Amino acid sequence: MNFDFNRRQVLQTGIFTGLPWLTPLGNALAAQADKQKNLTTRIPKSLIVVWLKGGASQLETFDPHPGKEISYGGAAIETAIKGAQFGTGLEQTAAAAENFSVIRSMVSKEGDHSRATYNMNSGYRPVPGLFHPSIGSVLCHERPLSGIDIPAHISIMPGSFPTRGGYLGANFDPFQMGDPLQPVPGISSKVGEKRQKDRLASLKLLEKGFAAGRIPDLDQKRTLHQINTQKALQMMSSEQLQAFDIKNESSSTVKSFGDTRFGRGCLAAIRLVESGVRCVEVSLGGWDTHANNAENQQKRIKELDPALANLFHELKKRDLYDSTIVLCATEFGRTPKLNPANGRDHWPHGFSVLIGGGGLRSGQVIGETDPEGKSKKPGKPVTVADLHSTIYTAFDIDTEHEFVTPTNRPIKISDGYPVEALL
Amino acid sequence: MRLFCASSISGMEGSVKRFLVCFLVLLALFIALAFTSSRFLNKRDFTQGFPIPDRHSADAISKINAEFAEHWKSKGIKPLPPASAETLVRRLSLSLTGAVPSLSELKRLNNTDCEPSGKVSVWLNQLTGDERYANYMAERLARVYVGVETGPFLVYRRRRMVNWLSEQLLINRPYDEMVRDMISAEGIWTSQPEANFITVSIDQNNNKNGPDEVKLAARTSRAFLGVSLDCMQCHDDMFGDHWKQTHFHGLAAFYSQSEMSLTGVRENEKINYETRFVRDKEASPVQPAAPFQEELLPEDGNLRERLAVWVTHSENKAFARAMVNRAWALLLGKPLIDPVNDIPLEGPYPPGMEILTDEFIASGFDLHHLYYLIANSAPFLRSSKSEESISEDQEENWAAFPVTPLRPEQVIGSVIQTSSLAALDEESHIINKLRRSAEVRNFVKQFGDQGEEELQLSPGTIPQRLLLMNSKMIEERIKPNPFQNSSTRIAMHAPDAVTAISNAFLTVLTRQPSEEEKNHFVELYENAGKEQRQQVLSDLYWALINSTEFSWNR
Repeated sequence: MNFDFNRRQVLQTGIFTGLPWLTPLGNALAAQADKQKNLTTRIPKSLIVVWLKGGASQLETFDPHPGKEISYGGAAIETAIKGAQFGTGLEQTAAAAENFSVIRSMVSKEGDHSRATYNMNSGYRPVPGLFHPSIGSVLCHERPLSGIDIPAHISIMPGSFPTRGGYLGANFDPFQMGDPLQPVPGISSKVGEKRQKDRLASLKLLEKGFAAGRIPDLDQKRTLHQINTQKALQMMSSEQLQAFDIKNESSSTVKSFGDTRFGRGCLAAIRLVESGVRCVEVSLGGWDTHANNAENQQKRIKELDPALANLFHELKKRDLYDSTIVLCATEFGRTPKLNPANGRDHWPHGFSVLIGGGGLRSGQVIGETDPEGKSKKPGKPVTVADLHSTIYTAFDIDTEHEFVTPTNRPIKISDGYPVEALL
Repeated sequence: MRLFCASSISGMEGSVKRFLVCFLVLLALFIALAFTSSRFLNKRDFTQGFPIPDRHSADAISKINAEFAEHWKSKGIKPLPPASAETLVRRLSLSLTGAVPSLSELKRLNNTDCEPSGKVSVWLNQLTGDERYANYMAERLARVYVGVETGPFLVYRRRRMVNWLSEQLLINRPYDEMVRDMISAEGIWTSQPEANFITVSIDQNNNKNGPDEVKLAARTSRAFLGVSLDCMQCHDDMFGDHWKQTHFHGLAAFYSQSEMSLTGVRENEKINYETRFVRDKEASPVQPAAPFQEELLPEDGNLRERLAVWVTHSENKAFARAMVNRAWALLLGKPLIDPVNDIPLEGPYPPGMEILTDEFIASGFDLHHLYYLIANSAPFLRSSKSEESISEDQEENWAAFPVTPLRPEQVIGSVIQTSSLAALDEESHIINKLRRSAEVRNFVKQFGDQGEEELQLSPGTIPQRLLLMNSKMIEERIKPNPFQNSSTRIAMHAPDAVTAISNAFLTVLTRQPSEEEKNHFVELYENAGKEQRQQVLSDLYWALINSTEFSWNR
């Protein structure tokens, strides 16, 4: 059992433990503790993860080394962060760089797509017999939402390895959807109103028969089947579904994001966050450039740049920037040396992520990689667990808190250390 | 438009005509092929190879049942009456092939002249010789042996591993032989598919030229010994004083001499294994050592050969027990000892466990024999429903069959099977098989897959409900379509309303409707005009597929 309460938790516990004499004092002290940490104004509400699936090349994106051998002639542009350069094609993002920080020294021990994706999603390396929940699932578990009909965790165009609720349960899996231009999957009945009514009446009769003669409250205690049917029906008729519909956005706004599947995904993410959704993931695939690296990375960058830059602009415009953390991440970087097919292979020894919003410090570069591409040890390395720990800390979630898995194994929310420069 | 009138066709060039004729002939051939398979389906005689339980099996089953009877008596728990034959058949089909049985199979089984428990034996015999069983069970075992990851690039082929397991299961290869092959595998992972058990552990970002002994040790202890030693990689056991860090690394050391070469996986005696133990400042050499029952470790052979013999030794009961617990979980929805990979080395064990373990060993690790004993044990034969309500105590103690969630493949496998009246098995047409395979992949991704942890029970989710209620894939399988969907064919050919409703229930839920259900749906069916009946059955299918009963084993 974990007795590692923080001060605020201990003080507030008094309210629930039959110690009424402590309550006023407890509240006063707790409020003071909040003030000290400036929590009331700074705790973010939502997380948007922009996922570059396949392994974006740090050298063509956020960590170019122009003029060095490992750039292979690749050029770079100046950014709004003094002295920091990005690869060409990222002009809009470079201009918006005051809104985020760049970590150039991400390190991990996973070089396989599925394992590295798992690692970045959950903050833990895969091990047999345990399925760690993704960061979005943990946020939804620790910061439950009430009063919204749509899911709290949404994944737009997930790739082959969608994020999962892991040992927290399938109810923390994200709701998966495709291009926001298409109707939200599974949200409308395939038959007219009259037939749907008949179908539901028949279903009710079958459910009554199934429940009879079984464990009392089987649905509430175990299956959640009928409860979830009701919630699904509620979602199907909810006005909040409009959050998914980017047709409500002006054509100039849609255009500014690039009017691609990915751009529309980013815009939908903003609308969903605006409606109170806790975590949205948007994926952009095609970064696994084992051949013709420069050319193929450039194609993806062209899609990424307007969407990523305007994600920050639009969040600011809607007054959501301070309450939303945006993380742009990938499973690993790519090798400094080109392979014979002019491609770059997998490189988890110093790759880049962007992070900003939600009260985090922005406009800075953290860490550095070897300009010659020889060292596997970047300066000021940040582990995947450290990145997770930073985000949890920003959300005021105690990373030392231990979940107990279904096999009774105690697992900390994160075993990393927050990156102080960001907090 | 004139192009399509008769005079235009008669005026066509000879070559165009020939092309048209060829096209029509090919089309006719294609249609004929597409329907051939369903016409000749299920011609096999169920009673062929009818297993006559030998006295020895009957004795073992009596002993297992006596242990359960004693257990229930001591706890003051009343066991539920036996389940119906249809229910037992549904349980077997779901757990061994991942789908409900077809209507035609059910009807012919119904005509087999024997008791419900006899039908279990007939059906078990039928299923275990079927490709559906081999493929479905191979995937279950693959998850335990190699996980679900795509694994390292080039040096690992999961598909090959699954196919190899499927081939072994189809010939009912003794289980200990299969495991020995995997642990001691050498060679190229494509021609020696069992070597994928070793190569999946390769970390291509590691400087080590070969498999990762730590991952393999964790996998070996969980999959083959039913013991979770993973935590002991970094420290001694914090919850008991049995396991030490040395146990884990002693086991890992058996895999340390494996390396990759041009000829694939091989052993290199020159490699020594070192690790830094938690209390030490520096790494020290580790000798291979069995974590228990050291006396069973042979002297001869390379390290992995010796380990393979030790793991699968008939006196190493942990090995047999691990498979008994897993087979039990696959057939009854949850393991005898939960979690499935955490079986104590010493008793007391739950009723049935030791008899099944001894029987499995004595049978020469015959998986069919193991399924036979479990499927004939009192817990498997219990109903999950009673006239009165059931207590959790009854279920926890196996006096009632547990109600457990179906895994995604079972849900979609059943949806697809219910759309056909005949069994979709190895004799199905290739087009049907390809369609099925694509649908299963797509559905499982959307439904959410628990991967290696599929035996952990979890409630359903809202997205899962939306998927079953509203997806195009489901609607395509139930909507009026006389060529493809069973709901329409039932409506077209059933002589009366009662038969139509009864057949729909049997096809989707493998049971007859209750009186109340029958009255309700027969009325709906009869009140509809002839043209609307296909739609009424389509809607009934929707309700049946969306019921709790469809997505849960019972």
